[in-house]
Amino acid sequence: MARLKPASGYVLAVAGAISLWGAQAMANDELLKLQEDPKQWVMPLGDYSSTRYSELAKINRDNVDDLQVAWTFSTGVLRGHEGGPLVIGNMMYVHAPFPNTVFALDLSKDGQIVWKYEPQQDPNVIPVMCCDTVNRGVAYGDGKIFLHQADTKLVALDAKTGKEVWSVTDGDATKGETGTSAPLVVKDKVLIGNSGGEFGVLGKVTAYNMKDGSIAWRGFSAGPDDQMLIDPEKTTALGQPVGKDSSLKTWEGDQWKIGGGTTWGWMSYDPELNLVYYGTGNPSTWNPVQRPGDNKWSMTIFARDADTGMAKWVYQMTPHDEWDYDGVNEMILVDKEMNGQQRKLLVHFDRNGFGYTLDRDTGELLVAEKYDPTVNWATKVDIKTGLPERVKEYSTEANGEDVNSKGICPAALGSKDQQPAAYSPKTGLFYVPTNHVCMDYEPFKVAYTAGQPYVGATLSMYPPEGDSHLGNFIAWDATTGQIKWSLPEPFSVWSGALATAGDVVFYGTLEGYLKAVDAETGKELYKFKTPSGIIGNVNTYEYNGKQYIAVLSGVGGWAGIGMAAGLTEDTAGLGAVGAYKALSSYTALGGTMTVFTLPE
Amino acid sequence: MRFDWRRRIALVTGLTLCGVVAAQAQENVAAAEEEKPYHITDDGTVDWPTFSGFRRYNSVCHTCHGPDGVGSTFAPALTESLKRLSYEQFFEIVVNGKQEVNTAVQKKMPAFGLDPNVMCYLDDIYAYLKARSDGAVGRGRPEKHADKPPEAAEAENACMGG
Ligand code: HEC
Repeated sequence: MARLKPASGYVLAVAGAISLWGAQAMANDELLKLQEDPKQWVMPLGDYSSTRYSELAKINRDNVDDLQVAWTFSTGVLRGHEGGPLVIGNMMYVHAPFPNTVFALDLSKDGQIVWKYEPQQDPNVIPVMCCDTVNRGVAYGDGKIFLHQADTKLVALDAKTGKEVWSVTDGDATKGETGTSAPLVVKDKVLIGNSGGEFGVLGKVTAYNMKDGSIAWRGFSAGPDDQMLIDPEKTTALGQPVGKDSSLKTWEGDQWKIGGGTTWGWMSYDPELNLVYYGTGNPSTWNPVQRPGDNKWSMTIFARDADTGMAKWVYQMTPHDEWDYDGVNEMILVDKEMNGQQRKLLVHFDRNGFGYTLDRDTGELLVAEKYDPTVNWATKVDIKTGLPERVKEYSTEANGEDVNSKGICPAALGSKDQQPAAYSPKTGLFYVPTNHVCMDYEPFKVAYTAGQPYVGATLSMYPPEGDSHLGNFIAWDATTGQIKWSLPEPFSVWSGALATAGDVVFYGTLEGYLKAVDAETGKELYKFKTPSGIIGNVNTYEYNGKQYIAVLSGVGGWAGIGMAAGLTEDTAGLGAVGAYKALSSYTALGGTMTVFTLPE
Repeated sequence: MRFDWRRRIALVTGLTLCGVVAAQAQENVAAAEEEKPYHITDDGTVDWPTFSGFRRYNSVCHTCHGPDGVGSTFAPALTESLKRLSYEQFFEIVVNGKQEVNTAVQKKMPAFGLDPNVMCYLDDIYAYLKARSDGAVGRGRPEKHADKPPEAAEAENACMGG
């Protein structure tokens, strides 16, 4: 028997329980099955485990160099295109950044547009999006497409007609709260997070009933226990109950109310444990001196009960953040043997440069190792206490306000940002798109005004000393915490990876290349330059017996802001290794989806 | 002395309505042309306002206009804009915002008129960007800068409200 992807075990386990769940479980049942079908791509990260792995193998390491462009599609929008298309049956759903247009394309009719949805949104939301007007994709469930708009509106569209079924407004965009993340459909609910950590927005995750958009539960990232859906006795951190007021005790006064911890990354779901996983972002402001305390539960991995939202366990990776190392990156759920024992794992590549492996049932910390050797703000993470051992020289808190802390690695972009990694059960390796950037960071006093940026730090970013490249694409062993191979890239790799049973791994680059590499060795097998820089995620599907690879290009996002004109002066003497050039000399704006396949 | 940025906004936003104010503004433009808003000594030490402008620019404006004013994928390079814009035009745009929004283009410069983190430092930001635009200050953090004068600290406290 071929090796199955890790999630398949759950389907069997869950199938037996279905009769007990009743009608409520229907949508979940549908998605549980759909996510198992490699011919479709039904959720942004491929499956509930967020592995971004496909069983499709028609395109493989022996023939991938024959890949050709099958068709392309323009979104008509110029700004940064994150996320990727969904494929359900014969339909493909493509989304765009603000104004958040959604297209439904009929694959049986050469990609004819079946419907187009373009919401009307107040343009005032544009400037309160910190890092370009990105959107990371739509979700599918129960015959509906769910769109999480920039202005925080969650809209349910009839998947066949594009007609609005219901909509709700999740937050207050006039206070800088926005929507950029992809929803996750779990059972009869659709879950979304929020964005706006640079505006003092308090993070939260809300579960809406898929039927009518009413709120099922909402858990905040900070504040009183009941609002966070934390049970002081039952919710644990590294095996111990968190105790009463676990968040309030770690903030001065009311600061938690504008304390950030937004939830703009990805969510995963384990149907067997019935737990939803996601991470929280940076505490606001970026000036750590202004917000004493651990600032819980910012920078935290949350495991919540999918039905009630109650937190089962939490783990704060970077207490009292001093560098903007948001904890929102994807949580990849895999079952693997570790030290002779089969374990349910959660693997997470944090902005702070550490790759974490935890037991996803209990929240026990198993591995925390640097996945970029230049990471220097901490020497290591103590596995028992879970605390990073900080290096004073790079502590912007210790150095204080109005002092420039130099040479901190990684930069605020993190060793990896939201661009999701992939996992291949065939090789047992994780494929991680990374940033290779360091920074100077100077915090200073800042005042809070609702709806205005609440940042309070000046940053300069540059490649690590002695290097001239800004990114790496790496293969990672999560059981030992080691890099297997690392491919240098001139710019940050800001595109989500795809691993396939064809022993090929795909990713995009900021200059616009779609690249295919050997899953074992990392050897480059194919590349093609798409119309613009890629910050989208690579997806795959099969239609009419042919396997396709699809990716959105359209440079922008935080990467497009920082690197458009280059991080340093072209002439800044970065050594003979190769002068570091501006991204703008490689690529220009424009949203296009490119779909590849093998020739007949 | 208290620097009341709120009153100053009222002045600038009233420009088009009030001829007298406009005339005054023109005088200011002339004055500004004569005197550079930044001072850099021979050894490369920048004055406090220019340095302060560097910090504030790279905490608020850089998220759109790119590091050091060099522009991004969606907002113009202010090092170029300031070759063209007068102090008054600059001031007016930052206070009131500016936009070009249609299906293809979503350019939106927010209004910062009510944001003390910008308004209390707008002259500083202008000085920094002008220095960048004139090529007097390079990319990245100015290596040497003058100490913060007590007047600046006082004005800052008064303006930021504490
Ligand atoms: C949220 C993004 C954003 C932020 C933050 C921002 N700007 Fe802008 N700005 C823009 C955009 C987009 C434009 C172009 C508007 C247009 O073309 O209509 C612009 C235009 C301008 C212009 C006019 C440029 C020209 O060539 O006419 C000036 C001056 C300016 N901004 C200054 C600033 C300053 C100073 C700050 C910081 C206090 C700042 N901006 C912060 C997005 C931003």
